[in-house]
Amino acid sequence: MREFGYERAADVEGALALLGTDPEARYLAGGTNLVDLMKTGVARPVRLVDIRELPLDRIEVTEAGGLRIGATVTNSDLAAHPEVRSRYPALAQAVLAGASGQLRTMATVGGNLLQRTRCAYFTDGAGPCNKRLPGSGCPAIEGEHRNHAVLGASGHCVATHPSDMAVALAAFDAVVSYATADGPGELPLAELYPPVGDTPQVETALPPGALITGVTLPPAPVAARSRYRKVRERASYAFAIGSAAAALDVQGGVVREVRLALGAVASRPWRARAAERALTGGPATEEACTAAADAELAAARPLPGNAYKVPLMRNLVVALLTELAEEAPR
Amino acid sequence: MAPPVHSEITLTVNGEEHTLLVDHRTTLLDALRERLDLTGTKKGCDQGQCGACTVLLDGRRAVSCLQLAVAAEGRTVTTVEGLADGDRLHPVQQAFLDLDGFQCGYCTPGQICSAVAVIEEHAAGWPSAVTADVRPEAGPPELTAEEIRERMSGNLCRCGAHVQIVRSVARAAGAEEAAV
Ligand SMILES: Cc1cc2nc3c(=O)[nH]c(=O)nc-3n(C[C@H](O)[C@H](O)[C@H](O)COP(=O)(O)OP(=O)(O)OC[C@H]3O[C@@H](n4cnc5c(N)ncnc54)[C@H](O)[C@@H]3O)c2cc1C
Ligand code: SF4
Ligand code: FES
Ligand code: FES
Repeated sequence: MREFGYERAADVEGALALLGTDPEARYLAGGTNLVDLMKTGVARPVRLVDIRELPLDRIEVTEAGGLRIGATVTNSDLAAHPEVRSRYPALAQAVLAGASGQLRTMATVGGNLLQRTRCAYFTDGAGPCNKRLPGSGCPAIEGEHRNHAVLGASGHCVATHPSDMAVALAAFDAVVSYATADGPGELPLAELYPPVGDTPQVETALPPGALITGVTLPPAPVAARSRYRKVRERASYAFAIGSAAAALDVQGGVVREVRLALGAVASRPWRARAAERALTGGPATEEACTAAADAELAAARPLPGNAYKVPLMRNLVVALLTELAEEAPR
Repeated sequence: MAPPVHSEITLTVNGEEHTLLVDHRTTLLDALRERLDLTGTKKGCDQGQCGACTVLLDGRRAVSCLQLAVAAEGRTVTTVEGLADGDRLHPVQQAFLDLDGFQCGYCTPGQICSAVAVIEEHAAGWPSAVTADVRPEAGPPELTAEEIRERMSGNLCRCGAHVQIVRSVARAAGAEEAAV
């Protein structure tokens, strides 16, 4: 590991000032992703600014009836919070489906959003990879891409974003707040992760040096009946090979509102707008759910090694939506 | 100017305060083992994947291999060496002994620290990924074998001692009826 300086910030202004404009400095939150990548040499910061003690560790109900979640709230505290569990149960489930009990106590909301891909060519730290070494090529396309993207990828990078939490946040229209030396800003989660294109090394739309301060969820009564489901290669403690967060409001057999986001299929949590449009206003039958899944997955461009993800996601979405439809109060 | 790459830190480990100068690259795991001679905490993967290095940090379980020692400055650490009360073992330790919750023992300190936290997290009403209904209205989940397996899934055991690990956790939690 490269030697590095360490400073601890007490407040947001202090953190911004300590980081400054140094491109080789990084914020340290739980460290569960950054320290791991520093050990393998993928991340080589010269300075760390520890933000774990910033007063951003609160979860508050907003006046509108949504939630404001601080950036340093740990994954454990997020999933255990009664307002999260009752207003957005799929969010609590998504967080609980990620990592392990002893990682979730360390991992924070901000760090979870900005965790890097688990593509093995990226984490390997040696050899070509367009994300790590722009212009060096993408060995995954011809090589090992079992768990890579089927939606929104490019010929330059087919990596997925590994977060479970972000999938539920995407379904619920989360807005990310950040601070910079020039003042605060906001970004809808849908715009936090730019399209891959030919710049897979550009992973967020945040300005340089920005500190994520929190995430706001607008009120969403539909979210009270929501669910997260994750498919993985073992029963627990593994990254998803496919996942979905869904919320459904059915009245008199008709879909009033539906939210659907997919995980482990793209470089960002994938909000399934086409599926939502296909289902809204129609019957909540298995056929309709299947047609909705197909409408979304029509855009899928799988590689030979990950073509299994398309039927997997189709089955997952249909199962999750029909289950929610069947449980709807009549 | 290059920033300093060492710091003096104070850690409270098993009730005792230690002040040491650390290279910032030192993990809490290496500080415990190499500097404080507390070798009960084990290094398996050094990448957050196996749970062998699990300790209690400010009372919560954490993987000490991804925790920088310098970032633990001022915090309280409990390792497997600090669980017993004199000669009286912690109920989780006693249950692992009574029920053979281990074979080679390498993963055991991490399993035990994790289990201590699992029992507290469950008592605090925390749901898990296998909890059918996470809404608070549904009430706290029963600590079944399935719940214990999920909550302990961050601790791998290469010997495959899982059956007795689950029993040991259940006994220590007073949940044997639900879990066995
Ligand atoms: C073995 C293992 C299994 C895992 N399994 C899963 C899983 O199944 N699902 C899942 O979703 N995740 C999983 N994870 C990933 C884990 O959830 C993330 O590592 C964690 O959420 C990152 O949060 P952190 O606070 O530790 O971030 P850090 O490691 O501290 O930071 C990550 C990045 O975010 C930046 N950063 C952090 N906070 C801020 C902020 N407020 N503003 C600006 N930048 C910031 C840092 O500079 C760094 O670049 C797993 C991790 C491990 C080690
Ligand atoms: S998929 Fe992306 S991260 Fe993986 S090797 Fe290709 S460019 Fe690198
Ligand atoms: S040594 Fe820390 S998790 Fe394996
Ligand atoms: S008892 Fe040997 S690894 Fe678990």
